[in-house]
Amino acid sequence: MPPSALSCRSRPLATLSLRNLVKSYGKVEVLHGINLDVADGEFVVFVGPSGCGKSTTLRMIAGLEEISGGEIHIGERLVNNLEPKERDIAMVFQNYAIYPHMSVRKNIGFGLRTSKLSKEAKDKRIDEVAAILGMTDLLERRPNQLSGGQRQRVAIGRAMVRDPAVFLFDEPLSNLDAQLRTQMRLEIKKLHQRVGNTIIFVTHDQVEAMTMADRIVIMKDGYIQQVGTPLDVYHKPANTFVAQFIGAPSMNMLPGNWAGKGVKLGDGLGIDLPERSAPEGADVILGVRPDDLVVTGGKGLFSGTVNIVEPLGADTLVYVGVNGHEVIAKASGREPPKAGDTVKLTAKAGEMHLFDAKSGEALP
Amino acid sequence: MASQDIAVKPSTDALFSGSSRNSRRNMGQFIRWALLFGGGILMIMPIVFMVSTSLKFPFEVYNLNLIPEEPTIENYTYVLEDGRFYRWFVNSLVISIVTTASAVFFDALVGYALCKFRFPGRYLVFIAILSTLMIPTEMLVIPWYLMSKSFGWLDTYWGIMFPGVMTAFGTFLMKQFFETVPDDFLEAARIDGLNEFQIWWQVAMPLVRPALAALAIFVFLGNWTAFIWPLIVTNSVEMYTLPVGLSSFGDEVDVAWELIMTGAAISTLPTLVVFLIFQRFIIRGVVMAGLKG
Ligand SMILES: Nc1ncnc2c1ncn2[C@@H]1O[C@H](COP(=O)(O)OP(=O)(O)OP(=O)(O)O)[C@@H](O)[C@H]1O
Ligand SMILES: [Mg+2]
Repeated sequence: MPPSALSCRSRPLATLSLRNLVKSYGKVEVLHGINLDVADGEFVVFVGPSGCGKSTTLRMIAGLEEISGGEIHIGERLVNNLEPKERDIAMVFQNYAIYPHMSVRKNIGFGLRTSKLSKEAKDKRIDEVAAILGMTDLLERRPNQLSGGQRQRVAIGRAMVRDPAVFLFDEPLSNLDAQLRTQMRLEIKKLHQRVGNTIIFVTHDQVEAMTMADRIVIMKDGYIQQVGTPLDVYHKPANTFVAQFIGAPSMNMLPGNWAGKGVKLGDGLGIDLPERSAPEGADVILGVRPDDLVVTGGKGLFSGTVNIVEPLGADTLVYVGVNGHEVIAKASGREPPKAGDTVKLTAKAGEMHLFDAKSGEALP
Repeated sequence: MASQDIAVKPSTDALFSGSSRNSRRNMGQFIRWALLFGGGILMIMPIVFMVSTSLKFPFEVYNLNLIPEEPTIENYTYVLEDGRFYRWFVNSLVISIVTTASAVFFDALVGYALCKFRFPGRYLVFIAILSTLMIPTEMLVIPWYLMSKSFGWLDTYWGIMFPGVMTAFGTFLMKQFFETVPDDFLEAARIDGLNEFQIWWQVAMPLVRPALAALAIFVFLGNWTAFIWPLIVTNSVEMYTLPVGLSSFGDEVDVAWELIMTGAAISTLPTLVVFLIFQRFIIRGVVMAGLKG
């Protein structure tokens, strides 16, 4: 592909910072003070369950939603009181929102209408964007002659054409089928590496978050739970919510008490955690991911009865009843245990997580 | 492939299904056709009578035979040679076109505002507009007349047009249609730098084109055939609209039905034209094409 003007930007830093951002609808506060700094060119993914305030945050950044409190800076500028078009952002919507009465070329060029470029320069720009997105042949089509993935690409093209400081994506892939979603995920990531704009991407799919993000922002009920790289939030979850939200299947959670050098689960089962500490007798939760909890022939940490076996090919997931709790563990794909078997489970101490049972916060 | 499946199905049905089921289906089909046919006849009879009467001599008008005994086109030559007819035709045309354009524009504008903007009193405004739908024209005619009189609008185009430059029905219709336009479109346009008026005109309006076409047909027909108000507000023969003018054919004693029917027959032509122009736009599914597939 030809080197494009899009990839060598010459403009002020495209950083984004949210300071104590608050949003209320009437008396109901739905965002309770969001603080976040996004570096120039960073790919940040907001993830969280439905209704946690991801879209609201994004729409406030875009200028589509009044700001009830706090500040938003894009680059050096405070943008609280700027119109969306003055904020140097572009947004891609879940429903694509490409105009059905315009050709693909018109749709992509729409964002340039107000720019001062000459007609030729605009056309050149549209062609460039279409080339990057592999849509050169489709420029004269109408949206109703495009597939879902192509429509989403048009929407992305319309955002790209203005080369904004910050790209905002609100669940752009959730209307695509699984295969296309994986493909578009990759394309957006490639696109980001190529054009290098700052991207804020909202999704409730943790796989999307893990695979695309430089940093993940995990939200719940209008609060940020944790901000970190995908590996950070996976390996060092800040609390039980993050621990269970990130990773599939969810992390196993076993309640117990801290006793001496480890956790005492019900029935006197003790698990030593030499490098951890908590107040004696405190209610804690022991977390261990299914991937880290393996069925072993040797000496296990605990044993239980297999309830359900789910072969996945390479591995097998086994649902094991332990102490009245059901945990998910991993077994070999070739010789999986059968339902009703008694199996021993083991995990490395370093792969176990400890949380305060009351607050849910991770314990050191 | 799918179309082949569909094509194959009825024939296998016919092969394997019993004859009783077939005849019951035919019966239902027959009743449906009969009802539609009856309805069609009902609708078309007045028009047939209109055309038939326009082809009769005065002496035959009160015979209700469908085929005139002595068909004539004399009525048509008379009406078309009468200068007044052209004047009324032009009056009606001007008034109908201006009111249609105005009503479609303002109904869509107000409907859009009521649908897409949150402002205090929005609901009240909407109810107020709707409530005017409940008052029949016959009752409004008196206040309209008093208004026109004190403003000096009697016997003017504006006097005939002003009650129709915006319609409550159209506002309601357009509000409902704008509900089907997803906010995403408007927000995308807002981010692309359009102002609110441009968003309405360039993005929202093209998406409700079918509704606009339907409304245009309604409003045009309504104004083209309006009778009571134009009759009251106009005094001079030159200001008559077509329906008012036609009804004045004949003298105090004799109503010249054959001429009225002739004028009426001619005056249906523009409504046909309007319908043919606008019904092209009434295609569904325009909005959906820009959204998820
Ligand atoms: N116009 C509104 N009026 C009142 N409450 C609202 C309004 N819009 C959103 N909310 C509330 O704000 C909260 C956050 O909504 P938001 O749309 O940001 O969620 P989200 O994280 O994007 O969820 P999803 O994954 O379902 O899109 C929700 O509890 C929602 O009920
Ligand atoms: Mg959302």
